[in-house]
Amino acid sequence: MMSAGVELDRIEKTYGATTTLRAATLDVKPGEFMTLVGPSGCGKSTLLRIIAGLLPQTSGEVHIDGASIDHLPPRERDIAMVFQSYALYPHMSVAENVATPLKVRRLSRMARLPALGRLLPGQARTRREITDEVRRVADLVEIGPLLERKPAALSGGQRQRVALARAIIRDPRVFLMDEPLSNLDARLRVTMRAEITALHRRLGATFIYVTHDQTEAMTMSSRVAVMMDGTIIQCSTPQGLYEAPEDLRVARFIGSPEINVVASDTVAGWEGGNTRLGQLLQRPLHIAFRPEAVRLSAESAAQTDMLHLSCHIERTERLGHDVLLFLRVLADGAGVTARIPAADFARLDAPGGVLTASLHPADLLAFGPDGKRVALPGLAAATNRGLSHVG
Amino acid sequence: MSVETTGAPRAFALPLRRKRLGAELPGWIAYALAAPSMILLCLLMLLPIAVMLVMSLTNYRFGDLSYAFIGVENYLDLADDRTFWRALSNTFVYVAIVVPGSVALGLALAVMTTGLRRGRKIYQMIFFLPVTATVVAMATVWKYLLHGTIGPFNLVLQSLGLPAIDFFSDPDLALTGLAIINIWSLAGFNMVLFAAGLTAIPSELYDAAEVDGLSEPLDRFFSVTLPLLGPTTLFVIVTSTITAFKVFDTVAVITRGGPRGSTDVLLYTTYLEGFSYFRMGSAAAMTVVFLAIIMVFALLQTWVLDKKVHY
Amino acid sequence: MAAAPNHRASPRRASRRRLPWGQIGTHLVLLLLAVLFLFPFYVMLVTSFRSPSELFTPEFHLLPQEFTGLKYYIESITTSPVLTFMKNGVIIALGILVMQILTAIPCAYALAKFEFRGRNLLLALVIFALTVPIQVPALPLYLGLNALGLLDSYFAAMVPFFLSVFAIFLFRQSFKSYPDEIIQAARLDGLSEWAILWRIVVPGSIPAIAAFAVFSITTHWNDLYWPLIVIRSNELMTPPLGLATFADVESGENYGALMATATILTAPLMLVFMLAQRQFVRGVTMTGVK
Repeated sequence: MMSAGVELDRIEKTYGATTTLRAATLDVKPGEFMTLVGPSGCGKSTLLRIIAGLLPQTSGEVHIDGASIDHLPPRERDIAMVFQSYALYPHMSVAENVATPLKVRRLSRMARLPALGRLLPGQARTRREITDEVRRVADLVEIGPLLERKPAALSGGQRQRVALARAIIRDPRVFLMDEPLSNLDARLRVTMRAEITALHRRLGATFIYVTHDQTEAMTMSSRVAVMMDGTIIQCSTPQGLYEAPEDLRVARFIGSPEINVVASDTVAGWEGGNTRLGQLLQRPLHIAFRPEAVRLSAESAAQTDMLHLSCHIERTERLGHDVLLFLRVLADGAGVTARIPAADFARLDAPGGVLTASLHPADLLAFGPDGKRVALPGLAAATNRGLSHVG
Repeated sequence: MSVETTGAPRAFALPLRRKRLGAELPGWIAYALAAPSMILLCLLMLLPIAVMLVMSLTNYRFGDLSYAFIGVENYLDLADDRTFWRALSNTFVYVAIVVPGSVALGLALAVMTTGLRRGRKIYQMIFFLPVTATVVAMATVWKYLLHGTIGPFNLVLQSLGLPAIDFFSDPDLALTGLAIINIWSLAGFNMVLFAAGLTAIPSELYDAAEVDGLSEPLDRFFSVTLPLLGPTTLFVIVTSTITAFKVFDTVAVITRGGPRGSTDVLLYTTYLEGFSYFRMGSAAAMTVVFLAIIMVFALLQTWVLDKKVHY
Repeated sequence: MAAAPNHRASPRRASRRRLPWGQIGTHLVLLLLAVLFLFPFYVMLVTSFRSPSELFTPEFHLLPQEFTGLKYYIESITTSPVLTFMKNGVIIALGILVMQILTAIPCAYALAKFEFRGRNLLLALVIFALTVPIQVPALPLYLGLNALGLLDSYFAAMVPFFLSVFAIFLFRQSFKSYPDEIIQAARLDGLSEWAILWRIVVPGSIPAIAAFAVFSITTHWNDLYWPLIVIRSNELMTPPLGLATFADVESGENYGALMATATILTAPLMLVFMLAQRQFVRGVTMTGVK
């Protein structure tokens, strides 16, 4: 079946006095890999269940390809879902698990009766077709040899594949995935990440993927919707979220290590910069900059456009290719995190652990007291300059 | 979801509100699932209890064409009825023998068998065997076993040069005889409950007790096992009490309340009153008393279960 | 046996190694108790093989002096309706069990997984009813069955037990722990609520249902009280009622046949117990360990 677009229009969900979703609006394009990411409890799983029809929303509408589906029960929405716990039927073999959605759809009620159903005439062909389908899908996710096993006899990764197969076999318009990798160990997670991305490309279907892990969100998706407190605060490409967060919470959530955030009056006291920047910093703002934007040198540089901070190194963490430096600004005690390639760190000479950190004003992001992005006109021209490497 | 037609601002919200969402399961499903049970619960439990409460206020006799409401007279009669009081006191004496006997024996069996290196399973199977046996069949066996002249028990006593004991013909011993049978059939059950309680005691506690110098098995029993089995013990006591309180089968098969009313127990008296003499009104009043006592035990049981959970 | 600890025996095992006398002493005590516990069964069996003359001699022999073989068993089966009693016992116990399962499972599922008005009231009623034994509604039930002309029938013997609040309570506990995500997956897969219950949720609770089946069959196979009230005709009597009546008629004249009958009627449950000890103990003690 063709992939379909999904539109969420101001979805609200309240349980008694508590509101879990407020005006969640999202437009998922056909064939897109959309990830809903956010801390636990932000309402992303609830939203997914509302799309699936497993949970009624309090208000708002869900459309698939422009048509409202709110009146449809889950089985008529043509949506498949992969659950965090995989939700395999424990008493059925892998083959029966994968075949269930097809059996329910293609065999009559009588024919589905245990044992007796097999005796009914005229269904041998359908049964054969289903078996063939199961085989094909099982090969696709590489569980062919496991078809006769029970879920209890499978590893976490294998169960995951069975759950995927059960979703794929229906050939649905939309796939929903609820933290499908969170029960796997770190290594397997990386493998499955790549496999799910490959699967998405191969099927060309619309995926809506929920996770709390920003790495998954950034590496797998076409677009990422960041959810906080029951609403979608920004939806953009992974690159867009990283470089142009529209909300301080997004800036903080995306990127590791976390973005540096300093009050504007502190930044105003830093050496260098131009007068335009000085003016802008008059207002109370949160100034944020990525650890990658921080450049380090032993002596104070001459470039006047740059901000210069004398810092001492409190702590370093080696991440292999990169090194994280946790710095303390000597003048005002502000904490700054820097991330530089290990090779540069080796060349760095910091007598007494003191060095100069430099920042280009164009790398600064400003957020108002309400956390919303504030444009810094006049500095924006240089945006993106120093941030070609991401993630 | 009420349909309101007043007020313009509401009007545009209405179509949204009224649409049934596919995610909502129709409300009748839960009721349809529960309906058979709910109907049976009313017909077999609630209605009969209500009828019985009303009946206890009448002088209805089975087969009579009319009856009259006589208020609490049935209850007042019971208060004056020496037979009823005897049945009540017999029941409590019976409980007072069976409960300590079966609980202590069950505990001893559980502690002894679980401490075994070998043979735990076979012993526990043997002690559980009486629980599985049909009470009526075993009552028949016991009746013969304890028979005053030809019972094997007495033949063994006599061969040891001891005097014979005729349990079921002696008003002073008959109730004890019945109690022994119940202890025999209940001890294995209690043993299993205690054994389950014992598994819940972490083995580190025994190690700790040993380190603290409590190396004698008896020391460990009184300092670790018994205190930690406290909640289980309470629960076993209440459960055994309810079981013993409902004694009927052995009385009906072996003694029929005799000799001279010495084994007349509450349920047996009620049974005779209702189904032999067909005095429904007074039998209902007896049943109300029985229910009241059972409810007290049940409340106790719930309370103990709560305690067990929160321990 | 099911509830007995395996792993925990080890720490004390270490100390016992120094005190083998403790183990031996325990064995001696337990052996003595085992003999006492088994004695009634032994008497039942041995008496069913003894000749009458032996029973009335003032000595007790451990083994029959004169082995009567299966004489009393044949006598018991041919002269008394023992087989009929057993057939009735099977019909009544199974009939009750089937009805209990059919009514309790949907109700338990509704209580476990659905929100509906009156759910808490229903649950409270179930818990109240748990504490009420059959003797309480017995009088009105008897009068009702009599008014309907249904006394002395299989139906009368079974109907008070068609609803088991204990089953509802037990299955509710079991269903509650069934993962919601699997139920949701089944809804997405297109199964109806009825199919989800019987094809998905119930198979996950087979152990609880099996344990309940043992409990229910044992209880109703052994029940004397209710059959005594509603059953009059010989051909409808259950094993306990039949035995009680039969023992009455014989009044001790023929202990051999009586013991043979007792053995026959006790044997089925004992056999089940021997074959499936774990499940049996779990089922019978379920009322105690939740």
